[in-house]
Amino acid sequence: MSGTYLGMPAFPAAARDAVRDATLRANLRHATHTIRDKRAKAVAELDDWARLREAGRQIKDHTLRHLGDHLLRLEETVTAAGGTVHWATDADEANRIVTGLVRATGEREVVKVKSMATQEIGLNEALEAAGIRAYETDLAELIVQLGQDRPSHILVPAIHRNRGEIRDIFAREMERWGRPAPDGLTDSPAELAEAARLHLREKFLRAKVGVSGANFMVAETGTMVVVESEGNGRMCLTLPETLISVVGIEKVVPTWRDLEVFLQTLPRSSTAERMNPYTSMWTGTTDGDGPAAFHLVLLDNGRTDTLADEVGRQALRCIRCSACLNVCPVYERAGGHAYGSVYPGPIGAILSPQLRGTASEIDASLPYASSLCGACYEVCPVAIDIPEVLVHLRERVVQGGEFTRHGAKTTLRPARGHAAERAAMRAAGLVFARPGLLRAGQRLAARTRRIHPRTLPGPGRAWSATRDLPTVPEESFRDWWRRTRGRGAEATGAAGARTEDGEAGA
Amino acid sequence: MRVALFLTCVNDTLYPDTGRAVVKLLTRLGVDVDFPAAQTCCGQAHYNTGYRHQAEPLARHFSDVFGEYDAIVTPSGSCGSMVRELYPRMGERARAEGRGDGLARALAPVVPKTYELTEFLVDVLGVTDVGAYYPHTVTYHPTCHGLRSLGLGDRPARLLAAVGGLDLVELPGARECCGFGGTFAVKNSDVSAAMGTDKVRAAESTGAEVLCAADNSCLMHIGGTMARLRTAMRPVHLAEILASTEKEPWS
Repeated sequence: MSGTYLGMPAFPAAARDAVRDATLRANLRHATHTIRDKRAKAVAELDDWARLREAGRQIKDHTLRHLGDHLLRLEETVTAAGGTVHWATDADEANRIVTGLVRATGEREVVKVKSMATQEIGLNEALEAAGIRAYETDLAELIVQLGQDRPSHILVPAIHRNRGEIRDIFAREMERWGRPAPDGLTDSPAELAEAARLHLREKFLRAKVGVSGANFMVAETGTMVVVESEGNGRMCLTLPETLISVVGIEKVVPTWRDLEVFLQTLPRSSTAERMNPYTSMWTGTTDGDGPAAFHLVLLDNGRTDTLADEVGRQALRCIRCSACLNVCPVYERAGGHAYGSVYPGPIGAILSPQLRGTASEIDASLPYASSLCGACYEVCPVAIDIPEVLVHLRERVVQGGEFTRHGAKTTLRPARGHAAERAAMRAAGLVFARPGLLRAGQRLAARTRRIHPRTLPGPGRAWSATRDLPTVPEESFRDWWRRTRGRGAEATGAAGARTEDGEAGA
Repeated sequence: MRVALFLTCVNDTLYPDTGRAVVKLLTRLGVDVDFPAAQTCCGQAHYNTGYRHQAEPLARHFSDVFGEYDAIVTPSGSCGSMVRELYPRMGERARAEGRGDGLARALAPVVPKTYELTEFLVDVLGVTDVGAYYPHTVTYHPTCHGLRSLGLGDRPARLLAAVGGLDLVELPGARECCGFGGTFAVKNSDVSAAMGTDKVRAAESTGAEVLCAADNSCLMHIGGTMARLRTAMRPVHLAEILASTEKEPWS
């Protein structure tokens, strides 16, 4: 993924700053709560939501099971419609292909539709290194780009910014990128939108090359689909002479009938709208209308490896609606930047460590960036069991094991830094295997209860820094049971057959 | 019907009152409940932290201890969900890893017989009025595993609504996680503490004297936060409210 994210600290450290930033927390809380309430209403309008969700899950799973066939069909139909298909194994290859295509046009600028795939591969940085300037045209992406910032939400990349901050960014930065902001710009939404419109209009009318992603690719006709709210995307897709679309291979759907399901579930899940304002579809090229040249770059970048994992592969169902971010209590407090990836929130916590591997500090920490509350699974329109995958990836981090990397089976070693935890888990396992040992431990804790420290050493310090510890009772339940019920009572029950460890027949 | 109390290791060690309350409540309702003393831990902490293989012997031990009972009752939504949701998954994974279906077969009998306390009361015993009396203002926090994994629905609320003298007040943002999450509370302590603080503030806003939940792990986190914030509220397990009667009030 993007080189900009290399060297991110682990999630807990990155989240700590966000938790302490009162403005950021207020911005995030307001935005996520507003949109989650709206989503709930929009979803409740459909009495067949559960069936749509199940249909979406099945279509995605079925397509993923036969992904190779559908992609070959797509290549055929796109080519037949006048497009050119390129296959990219990883970010570097995709960036090389796009850079080469732009260079071949002789242009030094491109306009971009908001695209997760191009952010994932760090395309803007790669183009810049090749002397090509990429202009983001989605309003929120523009705010992020002008602010030399990173997106912190899949759908609302500038969710962490309030109106006042946006005004300041526009007034300060627009001039460096093209048309300056109007004098006396205030923070009223209408004025901010108008400033962006004037600034972007120049770009649209001048650009000869457009770069996009796609929400879906329909294999049966080779049709690309982008859904958006502002119409800026449609300008990028229709005005330039050359259009280059970079799309993850998991975005293919076999037929238009399959698309129908997602065009209902995506907008309601993401923007809480019955239908998104702009749905743009393009199939190859057409004389005298739209771009004269169309290139589709099919991006793998870890997706085939993810597909090889039978628990983790469900992450590839994701349609990037971001509903899971908006209901996640951890995202709400930590913000998107803490996830160190273009995919923040619960879906990012399972997608990034699969696409990138768990070798880096940030990627090894992401599977733990959740309390496993399950709110993400509940809202997911394609029923990705995110908690299940999180736990699966935790296992990969602490235990290591087999997984697929660059198409080959690899044995991953357990991550460093978990040795103490592994030992503690093993010790707990030993105690729990012997009820007598558990009881001895409980009795020791009860006898020493008056001298227990109020704060804990080691990793436990994190607990006692903000919460009081419970006091150990004088008597465990099992001792109370034994004292009041006696051994006779035990022996008459079915448990009579069961004996406590080391005390058989006593 | 032979009914076993699966108390959980946390309750056994730190919250024996909850266990005594369950015994008192079930006995009052005519259930002869047994406590198989060989029980230890369901393995949830191991499983959820990424130590599935270490959780397997604990799951086998659970099935050995509880296999012969007709019903297994637990006053913990999260440990109940470990048995009901995750034990079958563990069996499946072992099979997928080529280790045969021994684990799946061992675990299969206990899975459908395991009930969270409110499920057992409402679904198995068919009662919502358990004859309890608890003259306090109470707000209820539905814990995540009880709410989403087990789908307890309105069972706890119906039980609480039938308690004499109890004034049930709605908790704003009730469905939001309190931030405990097992090892999450330590691994991501800043976010966890922020979530806990918000939960306590929401509970305070109701003016209730008692915050009730059906999971002592969550109550440990919420209660620990309340103590640190010097909140006047008390965390109380649902079982202790249901065990309380006019003649024998639960302290």
